[in-house]
Amino acid sequence: MAITRTNIMICVGTGCLATESEKVLKNLELILKARGYDKEVKIIKTGCFGFCEQGPIVKIEPENVFYVRVGPKDAKDIIDEHIIKGRRVERLLYKEPFQNEGIDKQENIPFYKKQLRVALRNCGLVNPEDIYEYIALGGYEALGKAITKMSRDEVIDTVKKSCLRGRGGGGFPTGVKWEIAKAQESQVKFIICNADEGDPGAFMDRSILEGDPHSVLEAMAIGGYAIGSDKGIIYIRAEYPLAISRLKTAISQARELGLLGKNIFDTDFNFDIDIKYGAGAFVCGEETALINSCEGKRGEPNYKPPYPAQEGYWGHPTCVNNVETFANIPSIITKGPEWFTSMGTENSKGTKVFALAGKINNVGLVEVPMGITLREIIYDIGGGIQGGKKFKAVQTGGPSGGVITENELDTPIDYDSLTGIGSMMGSGGMIVMDETDNMVNIAKFYLEFTMDESCGRCTPCRIGTKRLYEMLNKITSGKATMADLDAMKQLSYMVKDGSLCGLGQTAPNPIISTMKHFWNEYVALVTDYDNPQGEGKYEAKNKIGIES
Amino acid sequence: MKIKSLDELQKIREDHANKVKLRDSGNGESDKIEVLIGMATCGISSGARETLNAFIEELDHKKIDNVKVVTVGCIGYCHSEPIVQINIPGQSPVLYGNVKKDKVQIILDQHIVQGKPVDNLILKVDFERA
Repeated sequence: MAITRTNIMICVGTGCLATESEKVLKNLELILKARGYDKEVKIIKTGCFGFCEQGPIVKIEPENVFYVRVGPKDAKDIIDEHIIKGRRVERLLYKEPFQNEGIDKQENIPFYKKQLRVALRNCGLVNPEDIYEYIALGGYEALGKAITKMSRDEVIDTVKKSCLRGRGGGGFPTGVKWEIAKAQESQVKFIICNADEGDPGAFMDRSILEGDPHSVLEAMAIGGYAIGSDKGIIYIRAEYPLAISRLKTAISQARELGLLGKNIFDTDFNFDIDIKYGAGAFVCGEETALINSCEGKRGEPNYKPPYPAQEGYWGHPTCVNNVETFANIPSIITKGPEWFTSMGTENSKGTKVFALAGKINNVGLVEVPMGITLREIIYDIGGGIQGGKKFKAVQTGGPSGGVITENELDTPIDYDSLTGIGSMMGSGGMIVMDETDNMVNIAKFYLEFTMDESCGRCTPCRIGTKRLYEMLNKITSGKATMADLDAMKQLSYMVKDGSLCGLGQTAPNPIISTMKHFWNEYVALVTDYDNPQGEGKYEAKNKIGIES
Repeated sequence: MKIKSLDELQKIREDHANKVKLRDSGNGESDKIEVLIGMATCGISSGARETLNAFIEELDHKKIDNVKVVTVGCIGYCHSEPIVQINIPGQSPVLYGNVKKDKVQIILDQHIVQGKPVDNLILKVDFERA
């Protein structure tokens, strides 16, 4: 029989692969075959469902039953019970903490209830290695529509009207960026996808590339058409081997169908995409440093202006957009800007993907409409704090952002409100801390990161972050005085004001914001070292779980 | 093969639609008609798997898209297996007994397409009962 009655969707994103989803997949295949059901039931490898805490995830369609923490040994029960006998495997259903009843449908799980998926729309739904599945769900229609039915100005106008802002953290309006790039008079232009996801704890770009690579390729081609470029580059960190291999597969499939290459859709528009690998330097997420790295130079930022849109890759106008920004584009073209602006707040439209990490129950990837509150993300979607402890703070914006405390949890999230409360949107990493975390320690952890990642080009950042780190070390080892605290505060502002690029300009943010909200913890370490607040020990690296 | 136009893309989309159609239920309330097939041991031994596959084949053959066929466990009427339950949104469920694969055609044509339950196959069960 050729017609399939059931799809078994299994996540093969990095998170679930790490929890042995590959073995589950093999067992499912073997048992299905042994039972003689392999013709009517198909196993589909798919991308990240976002619920990484509960991985490996297996979802059965069309019943829409969602199994969590499926081990290799559970494959037998899924086939024998669910597939053959139609009975749910109760023990593999998701259970809320302290509840006995399992939840079978994905949409009923609290983690998914408040989510709205635009950029992640196909993750967990398609097989990322099969272009036909992407097309079957409407893929590449936006590209076809853009280049056969719309003028370049109309495409830019649509993106401008959607008010889409850069999802890498900057929040610059994407349509305006495209417009500037288009306005440059040059025969050669480039469009670059920034997949150098460097924030500790952020993995939304990786998941999009692993789970739905074609959406990014399609959007890059649309962008290329809009600005007048025939060459796209994906700058991706070499630490993402799975995303790279999926991208390569996707690019070759798209070329085969003529969706990349010469005369796309039989027009005179040509576009092709290359992949460049980064070596995992945080600063290379900054666009001028990224372009230098693409050219084979040291990954150091340049002074702006000129902006890359004017003078970028090898001196040609270059438009750099983030992965998640691109992932929003195809839907905006097909569904129209009004659809997009119907979501979100006044100045931040659409949705944002956040990577929830730290002391939170549901670690994973969530996509929510702008304007949702942090409280909803942490308590409703994230399931609250691990071990029933008390919430202390959440860091958004990674090492460039700041901490947000209990008092501000009800702030609706958008670019401007997060900046307003002393943090930033950043790329969407969200690290949650509980009452046992010492905030000086947290600041030290981030400073250590930025100190390591400072490229050394400008003095305030190169030396300033080192000195700040040393001061923090002095505090956490109980040798600091109140004068040190003042000096550190002053130096923080100097580094912020004097640095060349975003890395240095934001590096002191964790210190500034923890000093603002948790001054008493700093003072406690200076005046009464034996009774510190939060954790008693101050080895930041060990506490956050990174190898030293 | 290179895609030359939106129409060709559309054609490929249609050709491959059945690859993903099982998954388009999406999230949230569905307005699809559900066909529930009891796959307990007694159901399987009376031919529920054949019935199930007949439903899938016929739906595909007739290109009916708004129906999803779902396997469920024991419905509890072993005397009349295979059991099939049809849920049309907004209507009370209808339970059929003894649905061997040769009955699939008539249930599809009369009940799912025309909306008229096939009276002589219906199992008389009171759903309101606690």
